[in-house]
Amino acid sequence: MENKKLKGTVFKYGDQVDTDVIIPARYCTSYHPEDLASHCLEDLDSTFASRVKQGDIIVAGDNFGCGSSRENAPIAIRGAGASCVIAKSFARIFYRNSINIGLPILIAPDAVDGIEDGDEVEVDPATGTITNLSGHGSWQASSFPPEIQEIIDAGGLVGYVRKKLGKMKV
Amino acid sequence: MPEMTLTEKIFARHTRRDTVRVGDIVMAKLDMILGTDVTVPLSVEVFRNMGAEKIFDTDKIALVNDHFVPAKDVKAAELSKIMREFAREQGVKNYFEVGRSGICHSILPDNGLIRPGDLVVGADSHTCTYGALGAFSTGIGSTDLACAWAIGELWFRVPDTTRVVVNGRFKPFVGAKDLILHIISRLGVDGAIYQAIEFTGDAFKHIFMDGRFTIANMAVEAGAKTGLIPPDDITREFMSQFPDIGGEYLRSDPDAEFTRTLDVDLEEIEPLVAEPYLPSNVRPVNEVKGVKIDQVIIGSCTNGRLEDFRAAAKIMGDHPVHPDVRLIMIPNTPRLMRELLKEELIDQFVKAGAIISPPTCGACIGGHMGVLAKDEVGLFTTNRNFRGRNGHPDSKVYLSGPEVAAATALTGRITDPRELTKDPDYYC
Ligand code: SF4
Repeated sequence: MENKKLKGTVFKYGDQVDTDVIIPARYCTSYHPEDLASHCLEDLDSTFASRVKQGDIIVAGDNFGCGSSRENAPIAIRGAGASCVIAKSFARIFYRNSINIGLPILIAPDAVDGIEDGDEVEVDPATGTITNLSGHGSWQASSFPPEIQEIIDAGGLVGYVRKKLGKMKV
Repeated sequence: MPEMTLTEKIFARHTRRDTVRVGDIVMAKLDMILGTDVTVPLSVEVFRNMGAEKIFDTDKIALVNDHFVPAKDVKAAELSKIMREFAREQGVKNYFEVGRSGICHSILPDNGLIRPGDLVVGADSHTCTYGALGAFSTGIGSTDLACAWAIGELWFRVPDTTRVVVNGRFKPFVGAKDLILHIISRLGVDGAIYQAIEFTGDAFKHIFMDGRFTIANMAVEAGAKTGLIPPDDITREFMSQFPDIGGEYLRSDPDAEFTRTLDVDLEEIEPLVAEPYLPSNVRPVNEVKGVKIDQVIIGSCTNGRLEDFRAAAKIMGDHPVHPDVRLIMIPNTPRLMRELLKEELIDQFVKAGAIISPPTCGACIGGHMGVLAKDEVGLFTTNRNFRGRNGHPDSKVYLSGPEVAAATALTGRITDPRELTKDPDYYC
């Protein structure tokens, strides 16, 4: 996960945003961000892909990313330009996939309630602090267990395995 | 030694520890690693990027052509080609080519690649299906898959367990799918998030392997990491096809700690249907009967086994499929296809006006071989009915077991199989 702060406009959605709306299977013959980006969230919000700007933030309710194991989902989100996802809770495989590919995800139920669609929000992924620049409010996302932090520090699971294989790039 | 759940026992045996506790993050050794034509190509790229050259053990990898096969278009053909070439290059023993392949979650157990007590991962969310054999098996993504190939282990958070105790016997025309839909409706789609569900109880004396796979398969639809059925005599009988592979028949200790226990009485379960667009929108078939249906699908890793087709055949008798309905049947494996030929069920289905699909995920994932148009309504025995999953975002899918599906295929409207078989015209 990058250490610099993330800042952007919020796209807010409800509970149970599933992988079939994040990126429909009909587009999953590709796993390249540039092919997936323009269809990201298309069945939920057909204007998302055209409106989202680099750095923008997705905020959602419970069980974000439920459904299939497709890694195309976090790839599509990152490809579309979103810098992170803040939710009340994440589906397990989506959570794994995001950590593994280095898409910052934050679990912060209070922040979700305090942030409106269209707000400007700043996130410090290193500390988990979320600040609403449009309204008033600052929240703390729950931190990762040390074992997960180790993977994040290695730049994702690939970096971690590379280290293990002794193939660490110098 | 503290008392442990089945899940904790499996993790303890796959880490270098005597015991593990809920919430522990562990690096655990894997017994089987599944990939399919949709998820493998990205993993191959990741595998190369990380500088890995050889998979850790060529026997512990399975690569299955199932999602977009036989290739639905050029892109799909290329995905399979990447997987095929990788399998050859790495000498993967358990590579399943079109014609000898089928839906992964039937292919692996049917080929003796899963043992009770195993720790299994698959880049497919319904990998939890193998919990039916008392293995801990769960879905992962493509990066996980590549890393698992390279080092043979992965990180896990040891989950807590919801126990579902099932007693009684199924009423007529009620089966495993109705049971799991009932459980999902009580737990909700995120009711068991991050958890394992352990299904136990006296009812399992009468629930055979086909039904068990159906139940474990849909644990993920309640958000669970896996669903396990403690292995017993029925498991042993299934495993006796593969006398040499062993396995560990583990059970939760009597005082193991469960987060919650849900009691289910089979006598109270009616034939059920899940309405669009969530598998937890469950209603008794009586409350939704009459809804007009354009397409019925009987198949998928949820209900595409012998027991399912026998149940459908029994209801269909020699009645034709309703003129306004397309009935697509998808046997999960080539072996099952032969079984259905032998029992003359294929003959019965085709005569009735059904189409038999090759073993493929196809329509279940809205990929090919039965995708729905705008405003069309389907009734499928699959496991998910999210918006857009099975075709146009404005199509709709109801989920049910094979009994309701077969009855519906005959009448063109969602039908209670109990009423259909009572109808005097049905038997004429
Ligand atoms: S049959 Fe359907 S649910 Fe099962 S693996 Fe294939 S696409 Fe997934």
